[in-house]
Amino acid sequence: MQVPAFDARIPDGPLAAKWQRHRAEVRLVSPTNKRRYRVIVVGSGLAGAAAAASLAELGYRVDCFTFHDSPRRAHSVAAQGGINAAKNYRNDGDSVERLFRDTIKGGDYRSREANVYRLAEVSNQIIDHCVAQGIPFARDYAGYLDNRSFGGAQVSRTFYARGQTGQQLLLGAYGALSRQVQAGQVRLHTRSEMLDLVVDDGVARGIITRRLTDGQIDRHAADAVVLATGGYSNIYYLSTNALASNVTATYRAYRRGAWFANPSFTQIHPTCIPAVENHQSKLTLMSESLRNDGRIWVPQASGDERPPGEIPEAERDYYLERLYPAFGNLSPRDISSRAAKAVCDEGRGVGPTGQGVYLDFSEAIARLGRRVIRDRYGNLFAMYQRITGEDPWRLPMRIYPAAHYTMGGLWVDYDLMTTVPGLFAIGEANFSDHGANRLGASALMQGLADGYFILPQTLGHYLAGHPPGELRTDGGAFVDAEADVERRLARLVAIGGRTPVETFHRRLGELLSEACGMSRSRAGLEQALAEIPALREQFWNDICVCGGSDEFNVVIEKAGRVADYLEFADVMVRDALAREESCGAHFRTEHQTADGEARRNDAAFAHVATWGFGGDGEPPQRATEPLSFAHVQLAERDYRQ
Amino acid sequence: MNFTLHIWRQPGRNETGAFETHAVTGISPDLSFLEMLDVLNEELVGRGEAPIAFDHDCREGICGSCAMVINGDPHGPLPGTTTCQLYMRHFDDGAEITVEPWRARAFPVLRDLIVDRGALDAIVQAGGYVSVNSGAAPDAHTVTVAKQAADAAFEAAACIGCGACVAACPNGSAMLFTAAKVVQYALLPQGAPERSRRVIGMVETMDAAGFGNCSNHYACVEACPKEIPLYTIARLNREFLGAALGSREFIELERPHAHEE
Repeated sequence: MQVPAFDARIPDGPLAAKWQRHRAEVRLVSPTNKRRYRVIVVGSGLAGAAAAASLAELGYRVDCFTFHDSPRRAHSVAAQGGINAAKNYRNDGDSVERLFRDTIKGGDYRSREANVYRLAEVSNQIIDHCVAQGIPFARDYAGYLDNRSFGGAQVSRTFYARGQTGQQLLLGAYGALSRQVQAGQVRLHTRSEMLDLVVDDGVARGIITRRLTDGQIDRHAADAVVLATGGYSNIYYLSTNALASNVTATYRAYRRGAWFANPSFTQIHPTCIPAVENHQSKLTLMSESLRNDGRIWVPQASGDERPPGEIPEAERDYYLERLYPAFGNLSPRDISSRAAKAVCDEGRGVGPTGQGVYLDFSEAIARLGRRVIRDRYGNLFAMYQRITGEDPWRLPMRIYPAAHYTMGGLWVDYDLMTTVPGLFAIGEANFSDHGANRLGASALMQGLADGYFILPQTLGHYLAGHPPGELRTDGGAFVDAEADVERRLARLVAIGGRTPVETFHRRLGELLSEACGMSRSRAGLEQALAEIPALREQFWNDICVCGGSDEFNVVIEKAGRVADYLEFADVMVRDALAREESCGAHFRTEHQTADGEARRNDAAFAHVATWGFGGDGEPPQRATEPLSFAHVQLAERDYRQ
Repeated sequence: MNFTLHIWRQPGRNETGAFETHAVTGISPDLSFLEMLDVLNEELVGRGEAPIAFDHDCREGICGSCAMVINGDPHGPLPGTTTCQLYMRHFDDGAEITVEPWRARAFPVLRDLIVDRGALDAIVQAGGYVSVNSGAAPDAHTVTVAKQAADAAFEAAACIGCGACVAACPNGSAMLFTAAKVVQYALLPQGAPERSRRVIGMVETMDAAGFGNCSNHYACVEACPKEIPLYTIARLNREFLGAALGSREFIELERPHAHEE
């Protein structure tokens, strides 16, 4: 296998001038030629809808695919908190430079300086555009935009629309996309799932899709293919992601030659409502803001099954306040998540499963009164009560960490192009901007930056060098890819077992949560690596898809996604195993200080780890893109003082 | 907990459907309605039978995918709640529960509880946006928006497009859905230039898609999981009337020529 050079093709010049300079230097496609190009966009979330709309506005012909019944259902819709921008509307000293530095540091120095700087730069344009779209952001009485603070920042730079910022931004992008559908510039393919990428002569030429309503397999050709297919946190089975979120599109691209970067960088969010039941399908996020007034504790003694009210103050362990006195209950996401897991592993977890810790408001209610607490958190208390049936005004909440976001994704260069020419990846589907840990309110920013402002420039640069093709779908590459898809579906139908697909998804999730979740060890990872193939084999012998592939069959959809998770898990675990350091969300128990803090190894691991498909049954190949830091100085994160 | 479910099964769009009865036993009160159906589906798969098909995704009440009429109520008996956020503890042990798909002329059944809600997308395509190109916007603070207007616009914009309003309406009308979008933009200065053509385009598309008329039953507002306020319908009527009385040459309606699969 040929290993690509992993040249990010960062423009020359000072950091702050790179993007401006690049925009001035990229090749252009003339307005009359744009309509001769066809671009496929897979996914209709923030990145996908924004890209499809923006490309269509420029005059390209676009095909946009979503497996949902409507583009508006993409999982971006569920983002709660907000979107960062360096506007400095609060006069509190914010700037592009500060947003850049916070994001680089938040990512624990495992992202590219030039990409992150560009993200910070573009952030302001996003807010301008979204306001012009009529997105009802929160405003003050003078009619100006309101802001709030988020983790990892000392300024107030987060724009929001109550707790539904993702929904409002997505509906804005969906509106822009709908306008282009109406104009005939975008062909929208709903309930259509990409099952393979077509690569001919080393260049991306199109995709193979399955129409979910009747199982029809279709070939689609284009001059370029853009994947905006989101992240893969759902590989853990229980996560904050929507149930259909999957790795299939990016994993299939990986099998066709696109290299996958940092697959083990997965973020576990500390404040979610814990699982209580074996058949639970989903973990719901509770805003991190609750930790401003709630105190986190567990009983001091393991196996203490008394109700929380009967455990006296002296027998409680407020472990975050004890371990991290300076930051206490507001310690960063990765630290808080790991600490919760540690106390539960000691047998001190609470709730029916022992996988939970208390988030207690009794002290805050006594100090501030019910009215203040209701004003601050009333809606969150109501949401908690609706889901758990418990009254957080009387009993402490129970919370536990849950898989939430994947920083890893397809490797892309500065132009967001993967190692396959003509194949681009945007939003959570790529790896580019968040390093080893993403800061709150940065996912929406990145998805929209890629979709509205970066890809429309850089894709044109690529297309200008590639004359519009004939877009035939009868060539060998299309025939072969379609045959592969058909074969795989036929294999799934033929299994004819009696075990539900969910059984294997659940087992894989448990295995990965234990071995490749909040903390990882060599022994655990090696064991997982040994167990995954057996699980995969069982899957291919025991599942039932209960019907054919040529009908509306919701089981075969799910089976294909879980089958890909079972293969991708292997790459994820290998990546965690190979990275012999702790950084951001990746915590290797072998690499910690005497106090249990993460120990980075900048000398050996200041790089992006990339993985290439080595063939079925062969191990994947690892390569690296070195990261050089000219602008910021690498420093250790310390939250104790 | 134990339940007896009467569930609508229909193999395909042009096939005949019928109710099927299933008993589910040993259900934890902490399961959501959809998780209860997951349990039933796993049992069906274990017997080699096709599971019940239903739309769902985020399971936290925001994506608008889930869509079931439960005992006659879209999204079930609780106000302001999507099916995915309805928990079994809200039902009596031993209850009989009837589960149907959305029933409306504009929403053909595709399989079991899944319907085609593409007609709602068509309404949005006819004008549910501000026609601003990426890169064209001035600084976000160039235009101020009164807080009351922004808050009211947000309330309307909270619609998740699930279609419960249509399913609840005896006429199968999409007035509340359309009103939510029209009113969001009618309240904001950014929506002003296209105000007339937006409301005419969206209402005409709504009518053409087979949705019924509004005859003020207000069942939509009762069913809406996001509690979109009733005044939006009155406001839509005023917007439509105002636009319809205006001169058509300023509206320049384009006929929809959206791509059809």
